[in-house]
Amino acid sequence: MGEALLSITALNKSFGTAAGQVQALHDVDLQVQEGEFITVIGPSGCGKSTLLRIVAGLDTGYSGKVTLEGTEIGGPGIDKGFIFQEHRLFPWLTVEKNIASDLPLGKPEIRRKVDELIELVKLQGFEKSYPRELSGGMAQRVAIARALLRNPRILLLDEPFGALDAFTRAHMQSVLLDIWRRNRTTMIFVTHDIDEAVFLGTRVVILEPRPGRIRKIVPIDLPFPRKKTTSSFQELRLKVLNVFEKVDELELTDGAGI
Amino acid sequence: MSNQTLTVRTAGKPGKAAIAGYGLLLPAALLIAWQTLGHYGIISEMLFPTPYTIAESFISLAASGDLWSHFKVSAVRALTGFLLGGGLGLLLGLMVGLFRQSEKLLDPTLQMIRMIPSLAVVPLFILWFGIGEESKVLLIAKGAFFPLYINTFMGIRGVDNKLFEVARVLGFSRRQQIARLVLPAAVPNIMLGVRLSLGLSWLGLVVAELIASTSGIGYMMSDARQFADTPVVFVGIIVFAAAGLVSDIAVRLLERRLLRWKDSYQG
Repeated sequence: MGEALLSITALNKSFGTAAGQVQALHDVDLQVQEGEFITVIGPSGCGKSTLLRIVAGLDTGYSGKVTLEGTEIGGPGIDKGFIFQEHRLFPWLTVEKNIASDLPLGKPEIRRKVDELIELVKLQGFEKSYPRELSGGMAQRVAIARALLRNPRILLLDEPFGALDAFTRAHMQSVLLDIWRRNRTTMIFVTHDIDEAVFLGTRVVILEPRPGRIRKIVPIDLPFPRKKTTSSFQELRLKVLNVFEKVDELELTDGAGI
Repeated sequence: MSNQTLTVRTAGKPGKAAIAGYGLLLPAALLIAWQTLGHYGIISEMLFPTPYTIAESFISLAASGDLWSHFKVSAVRALTGFLLGGGLGLLLGLMVGLFRQSEKLLDPTLQMIRMIPSLAVVPLFILWFGIGEESKVLLIAKGAFFPLYINTFMGIRGVDNKLFEVARVLGFSRRQQIARLVLPAAVPNIMLGVRLSLGLSWLGLVVAELIASTSGIGYMMSDARQFADTPVVFVGIIVFAAAGLVSDIAVRLLERRLLRWKDSYQG
């Protein structure tokens, strides 16, 4: 294994709240290699979103070291694509203009790439639609295309399919896997859905709460395309579920809010 | 069968013509009642000339060209005042909205000026600028300034913080943030400000012209009052109402074009 693309060492982060200091992340260490698909899973309050936001450069004020290609994260930027739980498209821009955003669509090179991405996320025919005319899944695909246009070194996804119904979610999962297998973009995908984590990831990072820390990392060495009905998938799913359930009990005895 | 479907659809969703018809129902009934009561002398012809008399007076004023020349003067005043006051309101609203420093510097003073009633500054304006065009245009401008100022300010400060995070992730520069996020997001509020400012411009115009002027629709009305020519006063009221309505419709059409992307309740 060579130098990791993303390296997180001894990461600690706490928030000041009305109830006092709350430790959100405690001594988190994680090395992500180029081309990996990391899924992060854990109960609410385990700091999984915070972890992602720190990597994106959106949250600061942590201790420890987070480097992308050897350089410390300075702030948000196009080298770190970010997909939020909500699509967060600009409501006054059409699909193609949302994907381009600040880049000029008039430039033939940009135009060609935007058209390619629209095809990749299967939105042909909706180039001129406004976000209000799209379904949740379609809007999220536009958001993914918007991030991919900037050729990010890493794509960070914060429960991107959490608000979608089960069928749309399954479809979006295969769209995302398609993109990953074609572009080999390194992904970190935060979710609270065990099936989703096992189905997508090459490694599943299981976090536990209070303070948020890594409980276990489970490698998923199933070949692609994966099927959720195979016994090997179910075995790995149970393995993750077992760890997860212990975490869950812990949380309940802790008297955490649900 | 198809006939039945058609009936059901008409009953459930009235067409455009039907909706316009509803709107006209009440005014039409009022006009008929007014004409009838006036005709039989139940209400005073002197104070309430019948719609028919008013229409006659309208036609004779229009034919002589007086109405048009007064209207032109008034429209130019209202528009100049609107452009001056509204333009300044938009500009300062943008400045104060975008830069915290200018908010601290300007907003308290502007809010103070806002609380001074327009009528209270009329004597001062007449002393300073005489009863010429300047005092009228400035009076209108004062009224038109605040709706655009406040709504532009509010529009800018109301931009969803979540979209700012997107702008940061996409690596927008400060200039791009303003041009591509803040301004487009503030357009709905700015358009509301335009509508309110334009309405206030017409109101300010009436005040300015009734107080002191030698031309314009307001002058025509106060002149008619001195000669107890009530129908002309009504003509003036109708012209003001129509002008206000037409300008409001124009802004609404512009609004609809600019805000096609908006997803809001249509009623």
